[in-house]
Amino acid sequence: MTIIKDINFNFEKGKMYAIMGPNGSGKSTLAFAIAGHPAYKLESGSMRFEGRNISELSPDKRAKLGMFLSFQTPLALSGINVFQLLRIALANKKDPLALKKKIETIAKKLGIKSQLAERSLNEGASGGEKKKLEMLQAAILDPKLLIFDEIDTGVDVDALRTIAKFMNENKDGKTYILITHYNRILHYIRPDKVLILMNGRLMKVGSAKLAEEIEKSGYEKIMSNVKS
Amino acid sequence: MQDPTVSNLDFEYRYGFSMPQKYTFKSKKGLDQDVVKSISDIKREPAWMRDFRLNSYRIFKQKPMPSWGADLTDINFDDIYYYIKPTDKQVNSWGDLPKEIKETYDRIGVPEAEKKFLAGVSAQYESEVVYESINRELKKIGVIFCDMDTGLRKYPDIVKKYFGKLIPPHDNKFAALNSAVWSGGSFVYVPKGVKVKLPLQAYFRINAERFGQFERTLIIAEEGSYIHYIEGCTAPIYTTNSIHAAVVEIFVHKNARVRYTTVQNWSNNVYNLVTKRARADENAVMEWVDCNIGSKVTMKYPSVYLFGEGAKGEVLSIAFAGNGQHQDAGAKMLHFAPNTSSRIISKSISKNGGRTSYRGLVQVMPGAKKSSVFVSCDALILDEQSRSDTYPYMKIKENDVTVQHEATVEKIGEEKLFYLTSKGISRSDAEGLLVNGFIEPVVKEIPLEYSIELNRLINLEMSGSVG
Repeated sequence: MTIIKDINFNFEKGKMYAIMGPNGSGKSTLAFAIAGHPAYKLESGSMRFEGRNISELSPDKRAKLGMFLSFQTPLALSGINVFQLLRIALANKKDPLALKKKIETIAKKLGIKSQLAERSLNEGASGGEKKKLEMLQAAILDPKLLIFDEIDTGVDVDALRTIAKFMNENKDGKTYILITHYNRILHYIRPDKVLILMNGRLMKVGSAKLAEEIEKSGYEKIMSNVKS
Repeated sequence: MQDPTVSNLDFEYRYGFSMPQKYTFKSKKGLDQDVVKSISDIKREPAWMRDFRLNSYRIFKQKPMPSWGADLTDINFDDIYYYIKPTDKQVNSWGDLPKEIKETYDRIGVPEAEKKFLAGVSAQYESEVVYESINRELKKIGVIFCDMDTGLRKYPDIVKKYFGKLIPPHDNKFAALNSAVWSGGSFVYVPKGVKVKLPLQAYFRINAERFGQFERTLIIAEEGSYIHYIEGCTAPIYTTNSIHAAVVEIFVHKNARVRYTTVQNWSNNVYNLVTKRARADENAVMEWVDCNIGSKVTMKYPSVYLFGEGAKGEVLSIAFAGNGQHQDAGAKMLHFAPNTSSRIISKSISKNGGRTSYRGLVQVMPGAKKSSVFVSCDALILDEQSRSDTYPYMKIKENDVTVQHEATVEKIGEEKLFYLTSKGISRSDAEGLLVNGFIEPVVKEIPLEYSIELNRLINLEMSGSVG
């Protein structure tokens, strides 16, 4: 089954993008495909990152180039805490004590309880806590491209504010792709561009105003406008 | 990117080196009455031990091979040296050790470990304990920690009272074999009320081809005492099969507590056939922490006989089976008294065609009222070629008991692997991380230096080309 069709788009370095679209429009699939999920195959075309064709690269190699995907629903990992994950992700290159300290500092900024960082990752964590833990990983891994799938789903207002604030403070030189169904997060972050995805196709690209229009009129209206 | 030094290591067993052999005595290959007699003679043992050995030898000859469990048909009892004595006398300091032996230990890391927090080291080289450094504090508080041969010589009364009483020679063929030819192992005696805070550690090692190691360990914890005994095993790699048939007997008296931790990493040609049993008296606690990573075949079921009212038994075990390995491991809990409780937590991993079997027996005797039983066995299968089986036997002869049994079999989830790889972790590291997460409930019970070693071993095994 072909899910994503005819998308030709260049995400510019250092910009903030929002990808919006109704349920089933292919947003998460696009995110997974960019990150290299093995279940998704590229039928034609290619993906490039900083000029390099990444279409055939495994997910870890893509991540090593500076790409980061935050899952819509971060998986619970029994017996693995965020420190262990990051230590291996950094290939044990960083001094463990320095890493621990850095994790603690960022966790504090994000309002992550210290015991949460020591527990099994995402196990028994609330929606907001899980997303904060994703943000924490992003902050440590320091990628160039950050894709957040449904960062505002299952997250309470306070957590959303904290995450948005953190993003705003750490966006210099980084490219963000925020995938969102609603525009809750966009009340706190102003995207440079908004992309509308429907039925796997890129229907419209606009400014932050486009998100406001969607909030007012819904996707149906936008789609009919495009058609006419 | 994989660390090149790690992937180089994958092609040979990490401790797969062997030192030139320098032996003062080596029995002939194979086993008969004369070999048994000569072992006893060389050790200048009392008559009762000599008779015990000879009787055990007769039982060994009569006993059939176990008809269940792992495949043992490749064992050739005639092709094994049953006794080798590497040096004339035991030494007390590191400097006194022969150079090759020191090098062997250096590579395993005994002195480093010792520097940290060892209470005492008793390391076995071949069948004789050659290096032993006993913490003076142990002696001061009356704790005996020596090799079994010394124990028999210096404390014959204690040894005679307990030796072979919990695991008699006729228990099974390999217990009989051990009873006939045993050599080395540890003897530990903890007096009443003495709590030994630091763990006692012993390193075991086989260093001769076709040489079976038959160590014998006896631990006695008197009333209200506490001891934690740790054994870590490594062996060089060889092309022919070796047997490790040990016997461990532990007596946990009233209100005492014993923990026995094993990190077993025999090379993949060793038959590891070990009988381990503890007796727990009134309100005593016995805990086995048993990690089996290496060996060709392991058959080991640490057991606790809960004899006294309120006694507690626990077995936490990890088994890892890679290519050509079969880990047939489990636990045995026998409830003889009221208010006794047992807990078995087993985690097994099979990979590259490896096979793990959980084999457990829980028996609650009539009258063991208000006893509780908890069994949880989880298996993780990493690929289609690997296999895992569960044989949980329960014989509950008393109505007034609580019994809980949980078992899961899972494969490593692709979604979890993707989650980790998308964070920049290689697939093999991600598998290793998930496996380490899987066994974490048991690993956290192991002292830090061993748990680090264990995680490292698992990662080495996970990175692919081992075996």
